[in-house]
Amino acid sequence: MPPTNSDESRDLAFQEAIDADRTVEPRDWMPERYRSTMVRQIAQHAHSEIIGMQPEGNWITRAPSLRRKAILLAKVQDEAGHGLYLYAAAETLGVERRELTELLITGRQKYSSIFNYPTLTWADVGAIGWLVDGAAITNQLALTKTSYGPYARAMVRICREESFHQRQGFELLSELSRGTAAQHEMAQDAVNRWWWPALMMFGPPDTESPNTAQSMAWKIKRVSNDDLRQRFVDMTVPQAQALALDLPDPQLRWNDARDHYDFGPIDWEEFRQVVSGHGACNAQRIAVRRAADEDGAWVREAARAWEGRQSSRTSAA
Amino acid sequence: MTAGVAGLWVVDLREVALGLGDDCLVLSHRLAEWTTHAPELEEEMALANLALDLLGQARSLLTLAGEADGRDEDHLAYWRDDRDFHNLLLVEQPNGDFAVTMTRQLLFSTFQELLYRGMAAGTEPRLAAIAAKGVMEARYHVEHARLWVQRLGGGTEESHRRMCRALDLLWPYTRELFEPTESWSRAADQGAVPPLSSLEEPWRHSIESLLADSDLEIPGFPAWQSGGRLGRHSEHLGHLLAEMQHLHRSHPNASW
Ligand SMILES: [Fe+2]
Ligand SMILES: [Fe+2]
Repeated sequence: MPPTNSDESRDLAFQEAIDADRTVEPRDWMPERYRSTMVRQIAQHAHSEIIGMQPEGNWITRAPSLRRKAILLAKVQDEAGHGLYLYAAAETLGVERRELTELLITGRQKYSSIFNYPTLTWADVGAIGWLVDGAAITNQLALTKTSYGPYARAMVRICREESFHQRQGFELLSELSRGTAAQHEMAQDAVNRWWWPALMMFGPPDTESPNTAQSMAWKIKRVSNDDLRQRFVDMTVPQAQALALDLPDPQLRWNDARDHYDFGPIDWEEFRQVVSGHGACNAQRIAVRRAADEDGAWVREAARAWEGRQSSRTSAA
Repeated sequence: MTAGVAGLWVVDLREVALGLGDDCLVLSHRLAEWTTHAPELEEEMALANLALDLLGQARSLLTLAGEADGRDEDHLAYWRDDRDFHNLLLVEQPNGDFAVTMTRQLLFSTFQELLYRGMAAGTEPRLAAIAAKGVMEARYHVEHARLWVQRLGGGTEESHRRMCRALDLLWPYTRELFEPTESWSRAADQGAVPPLSSLEEPWRHSIESLLADSDLEIPGFPAWQSGGRLGRHSEHLGHLLAEMQHLHRSHPNASW
């Protein structure tokens, strides 16, 4: 159908509302592209929470103290909660969790590529909490002001928990860094491996980020990739100093003129490889998620059948 | 032997707390193994809740058990070999499918709730305090397991078949629940814990009535396995402990 005048005026009114900083709510009219962009973004965020349970879940049964085990179990459970909460936000846009899960396990929708790196030692649990949750907070704080109401509200709640996770990760690393020589080395090795991938979490540089302009106009995205990355670096460098751990970047130094830290070039080829499926764990992460879904099918089916029988019993009574 | 509070020997308190603590620790580990493998996200949350509750109980009980000789919860969790673990055989059984996991939970949590109710009213104040908190958690675990056993028992042909198999698989390990060690019997004589024989009838009744509702029944063969409380375990526990303990043991003097 060709666009009519009324479509154009609706588009205009929508943009005006956005410009006036009004949030978009599920029942409001919205351009189809806004809706589909929002669905994709929220779904990918939800998938990231769920896939993100795997690298850390990898260490629950081996956690080196019962206290740390409890903290980690609770954290991974929080991530499941974030996933659920975000799938619910996506559902306000007329899609179902089932369809989105299908898109994830068939590789048609993505998740944050950071989770395609393996957790090789216990220190990786700390590095993920500190750096990956730290980067997530930087991203998500900006998203608390995103234009789609249910997503923005989900971010407020999720950010509170993420900052716990970040503090716990920092504390875990701090204990290792001040611990035995082997523990310190373990912590440094983890930071060496997670630093650059954490910087990649903010996405490609602004000059190569095709979706940014429209997303900024619709206020889906409020701060650009490069600005968020800079915020994260500025926040994290002093924390690394407090941890007595080095960040693996010889070009990292304070720049008085810019009032920011300068940092070295990111290996975008590595980013492209991991995003396009060639990271260490891409296949493994999806296989685990798919197996859980397939192995659980008979359980969900039984629950549905039982539910059905209960409600027909109630209506017969 | 040293007499402790309420006439209970320290060695008996230690052994009772250790057995109950090991039940919680080992079952918590099994439940945590479900992480990222649960049949749906809601269940991912629920299984983690169960695991966390049990881990919390394990920590309190092990701390109490270690008090007498100054060993802390981590020392007890990470530095004992399987012959020194006193948990029931039931809780160390592998997760199997979701029907096995929920059946194991039903059999154990129903027992644990009854036991905690008795212990919460018992004469040993620290055991009573742990039980009073634990009983609310156990109640929720029982509710959760009952709901799933009903759904699976009365769901589809496949889920019903899997439930029957799970019951056959786990029933042999239920005898041990009601076999007191010598320490347990002495603690029961002092009123610190309930006599296990007093729990068997309400336990069986609770499970039997649920199964009857779900077109299921208690297997016709007798339960015969036991030995966990005395440190004679199945082959499974050694593997579980190897995984749980290896990192801690690799850094003997580290703190985490
Ligand atoms: Fe999260
Ligand atoms: Fe998090």
